[in-house]
Amino acid sequence: MPAVAETRKTVETLGQNTYKWGFETDIEMDIAPKGLNEDTIRLISSRKNEPGWLLEWRLKAYRSWLEMREPTWAKVKYPPIDYQDVHYYAAPRKKPGPKSLDEVDPELLRTYEKLGIPLHEQAMLAGVELPEGQEARPPVAVDAVFDSVSVATTFRKTLQEAGVIFCPISEAVQEHPELVRKYLGSVVPVTDNFYAALNAAVFTDGSFVFVPKGVRCPMELSTYFRINARNTGQFERTLIIVEDGASVSYLEGCTAPMRDENQLHAAVVELVAMEDASIKYSTVQNWYPGDENGRGGIYNFVTKRGACRGARSKISWTQVETGSAITWKYPSCILQGEGSVGEFYSVAVTNNHQQADTGTKMIHIGRNTRSTIIAKTISAGQSDSTYRGLVRMMPKASGSRNFTQCDSLLIGDRCGAHTVPYIENRNMSARVEHEATTSKISEDQLFYCRQRGLSEEDAVGLIVNGFCKDVLKELPMEFAVEAQKLLQISLEGSVG
Amino acid sequence: MNAIAPVGISPSAFLDRGDVKGNAARLKAADYLRTVGLPRAGVEAWKYTSLRALADVPFADAPRDVDTGAVDTLLAEVESISGLGAGANRAVFVNGRFDAGRSRLPQGVKVAAFDPAAEPRDGIDPAGDVTTALNTVLAHDGLALIVPAGVDAGCLLLVSIGLAGEDMPVSFHPQHRIVVEEGGRLAVLDAAVGRGYYLHNPLYDITVEEGGYLSHARIQAEGKKALHLAVSHARVASRGVYDSFTLTLGASLSRHEVHAGLNAAGASVHVNGAQLLAGHQHGDLTSVITHAAPDCISRQTVKNVLADHARGVFQGKIHVERIAQKTDGYQMNQALLLSDTAEIDAKPELEIYADDVKCSHGATVGALDDDQLFYLRSRGIPNEAARSILIRAFLHDVVDQIDDARLKDGLNLAVEAWWKREVA
Repeated sequence: MPAVAETRKTVETLGQNTYKWGFETDIEMDIAPKGLNEDTIRLISSRKNEPGWLLEWRLKAYRSWLEMREPTWAKVKYPPIDYQDVHYYAAPRKKPGPKSLDEVDPELLRTYEKLGIPLHEQAMLAGVELPEGQEARPPVAVDAVFDSVSVATTFRKTLQEAGVIFCPISEAVQEHPELVRKYLGSVVPVTDNFYAALNAAVFTDGSFVFVPKGVRCPMELSTYFRINARNTGQFERTLIIVEDGASVSYLEGCTAPMRDENQLHAAVVELVAMEDASIKYSTVQNWYPGDENGRGGIYNFVTKRGACRGARSKISWTQVETGSAITWKYPSCILQGEGSVGEFYSVAVTNNHQQADTGTKMIHIGRNTRSTIIAKTISAGQSDSTYRGLVRMMPKASGSRNFTQCDSLLIGDRCGAHTVPYIENRNMSARVEHEATTSKISEDQLFYCRQRGLSEEDAVGLIVNGFCKDVLKELPMEFAVEAQKLLQISLEGSVG
Repeated sequence: MNAIAPVGISPSAFLDRGDVKGNAARLKAADYLRTVGLPRAGVEAWKYTSLRALADVPFADAPRDVDTGAVDTLLAEVESISGLGAGANRAVFVNGRFDAGRSRLPQGVKVAAFDPAAEPRDGIDPAGDVTTALNTVLAHDGLALIVPAGVDAGCLLLVSIGLAGEDMPVSFHPQHRIVVEEGGRLAVLDAAVGRGYYLHNPLYDITVEEGGYLSHARIQAEGKKALHLAVSHARVASRGVYDSFTLTLGASLSRHEVHAGLNAAGASVHVNGAQLLAGHQHGDLTSVITHAAPDCISRQTVKNVLADHARGVFQGKIHVERIAQKTDGYQMNQALLLSDTAEIDAKPELEIYADDVKCSHGATVGALDDDQLFYLRSRGIPNEAARSILIRAFLHDVVDQIDDARLKDGLNLAVEAWWKREVA
């Protein structure tokens, strides 16, 4: 059998693999009735004991959401979503803090175990208070979002000593209301788009990070998002503020339990970088993609945007997207500060009936701003994958530069790969360069590897990993390993 | 007349003029215009070009009685910018009507009379886009030309002259049908000029049969106040070549939409173009190249030179169907901004459903390269002259893509004339 035909065949067997992280945790939940109206929003707000201004903010978002239409320009198809058939609030029932892992709900522990979270971190995630000195081992702080409420936050103390605030956003609303009020919605306004307005109205939790002037965050910050209860849309809201000269690297990972009905996920992430600040935001997205017939899977409609407000600030997005039935996601940078830098590195893998429409927006406002976009798209099975990206040079962006490279790889002849860049330039000294290619794995490359004794699968794996190298090398080391594993699982059988 | 209405802007002024009785295509197009209307803001295919300028104006039928002196002056202008003198074969249209007296058609071709009742050929959907629909409803004349199998029909100058007053907006909607049969050849230099306030909305229905060769260069040099909305539907059969070029120089608002279908193995199509815009001009070149058969080649290079407050738009899609294995597609789009108030909006797009293909596109946008300028300056060439050399080299590069030497000369002359008039 010729190499490509064999590859294709092994790709076809992929669907038979069950989703590795498809499990469901049965713990007591506090769930709001289905449906969305002002009462639901008041309920959410009162459950979270929110100040009046935040409730007003949510209601304003809700009222503008009612006037908005669901966007249709993306290259994705799905049956109409009934927004009244969704639970907008689900929280694990509050228990007094356990003293040891033995007291923690065993279901919860099993969930963490399957996710591969180390035991000592499990304890912290579950809110167990350990003796002092025991927590300093791995330099990764994890804020686990278990459904909508952050169950626990680890490494709080180490971070506190450095002056970094890292906590659930609901807690930040209580403890740092002035910061939340100042920055919430300042990058993604409540009226920004349909899904962002929905999120603003009903978000239940997410992470909040504040890094004060001159502080280099002493560890990588990480959040595990998991969708858990049946029929609960998840609407996290993440807000990261980094002051002058400070820096942070934030890691976000997603896995979700298997289920039949499509689930809605509309998150908003806002980043603010002041003068000389730098934010690195890395994502591994592995929500449930649906089965091999395209049944089930997560609808991932996410708005992520960073504002480089200060001079010489830098925001870098890196994402590895392997999951979700539908992905609609454009992490963006608003380059306002003079000499600020935006980066976007992306690997998107689709298989079976997955659909991904993802890319970025780089809005150059300030002088001498620079942006780099590297997007790698791999389509297999009967999936469709689209890169959609905007580069806009505003009239004052003199001397600004953008470089964009989009490469697509097709595995099999029943999938599609699309590239839709938008280039808008209103400044004569700004330069935009874009290049894109579409190809398949070349017979020559395969032959070269095969004749050196590599198996078919190893050869394809090597080539795909090489194809994505420019992006994978941007990930923090902890994630790079996980990302490579995910690529292999997503294309399992063909590139394993 | 509401920009955010659920349907687009109503083109009732046009619909009132169309005679759609008893013709299925016209009925369908009229129905489309009535229900979908002119594109409103937010329609993806019209993201960068607004047709509001059409909606608020009651365009009337273009007059038949025109000042013959003005026609002759404009015809002489075409002869001078195209380099094809009075001796060349030509088909002249004045306000969208064929002017037999000023035309001389090539030997060996078949010319049919325009048939207003004719249904569009397979592959042209009268309701596929607004430009086609508008033309279908209002078409009243056009060139219907067949180059028989094996005949080399030489070069034809296709001239459109628009003449209107400054305050009485008129429109004309010619429908040109060109068929090049097996192994036939034809080069068409197509020039549109005019004066006054008019809308020129031509449709080109082009068929290149097996092994046929059609070069088609358009010089759009309409009057300053004119609106120009053109659409080409080309289908190319096995080993056929459609080598096209659009040079946009005139009109206040223009869009040329090219739909090219590669329908049989070994066909190739070139959809090249250049837009040279100044003042407050808005020029849009939009193309959809569909690879519907294996082993086809498409090439596209589009360049924009934008001065003053001009706005250039390029939207190019290469669509590769599942069956179209071994496709070779290449697309390049470049823009030079000569002022800080000019704007370029580009959307080069690949839509690919076959895996064994070679498709790439590139785009660069910006000012002149400082290194190149320095190279010339360091050799004693003054700044202005150096800039002029670089900009014309930039344009020469794309004009050079057209194979037919006569058309290439014509395009180069037109570019030079524009350069002298607008920049130098």
